[in-house]
Amino acid sequence: MRLDVLLVEDSPGDVRLTQEVFRDANMSAHLPNMSIHLHVASDGVEAMAFLRHEGDQVDAPRPDLILLDLNLPRMDGREVLARIKADDSLKTIPTVILTTSESEADIVKSYQLQANCYLSKPVQLEAFENLVKSINDFWLTKVKLPQQKQSG
Amino acid sequence: MNGIGEARVPLEVLLVEDSLGDVRLTQEVFRDANLRIHLHVVSDGVEAMAFLRHEGEHVDAPRPNLILLDLNLPRMDGREVLARIKGDDSLKTIPTVILTTSDAETDILKSYQLRANCFLSKPVQLEAFENLVKSINDFWLTQVKLPQQRGNG
Repeated sequence: MRLDVLLVEDSPGDVRLTQEVFRDANMSAHLPNMSIHLHVASDGVEAMAFLRHEGDQVDAPRPDLILLDLNLPRMDGREVLARIKADDSLKTIPTVILTTSESEADIVKSYQLQANCYLSKPVQLEAFENLVKSINDFWLTKVKLPQQKQSG
Repeated sequence: MNGIGEARVPLEVLLVEDSLGDVRLTQEVFRDANLRIHLHVVSDGVEAMAFLRHEGEHVDAPRPNLILLDLNLPRMDGREVLARIKGDDSLKTIPTVILTTSDAETDILKSYQLRANCFLSKPVQLEAFENLVKSINDFWLTQVKLPQQRGNG
């Protein structure tokens, strides 16, 4: 089974860490028939192009899960979230907010915009890795994700 | 933000489940896993909506931080409850996790269309079921930032 995850994140360090954690989780013997493909968009405009298969993203696969930072250049994550959840063809993709912000306003707003869940990125490296592991463990091995892989 | 003060704030979880056995298991797992959990149980969709709207005997019901919702319920099924929760501006921000025996693709897709926060299929095996409930605690009640909206019905 192939799973595609779209990570919308502008911090190269956080992208690198996330890639490593998913790669390690991918190699574990726990679910040998599963392969996780992590795609990265570094701002909101790129994220929407990926999701709409536009420009150089015309062959982008439909993600099974979106990890979305809030504070992004060009188009921020709040706008991306609103667009995803207002779009009948995109709204069923589970969208997990993964951001440095812990502000109550951001948390409530994200749930109002129908984010599937909200996670604050820890500052500590090990805690951040554990959080990404738990995202992989919960969303990619336990949750039933909607099967919506169609061509185009 | 993990001081002693926060440890005393209870987590109100509403379990909408008609199987007594599953209720019992869930209660035990939550009790062992997390002392902050106040687990409230209703056994059908009508009671679930009364709880959420503070009606009748549920007039003093707390607002849940998390809802665990079975789909196949007497009186009003879980799909209807989900639609009502996510169609209500004052309730829609409560994370609602579908926890059901069904693993039918149509139920999964429909639940996400109705804005379920996630969909979990209950395993048949006891140990696997307990592990799943533990993982709900570990993820939703320990890692996830839940919206704080106390006080307004």
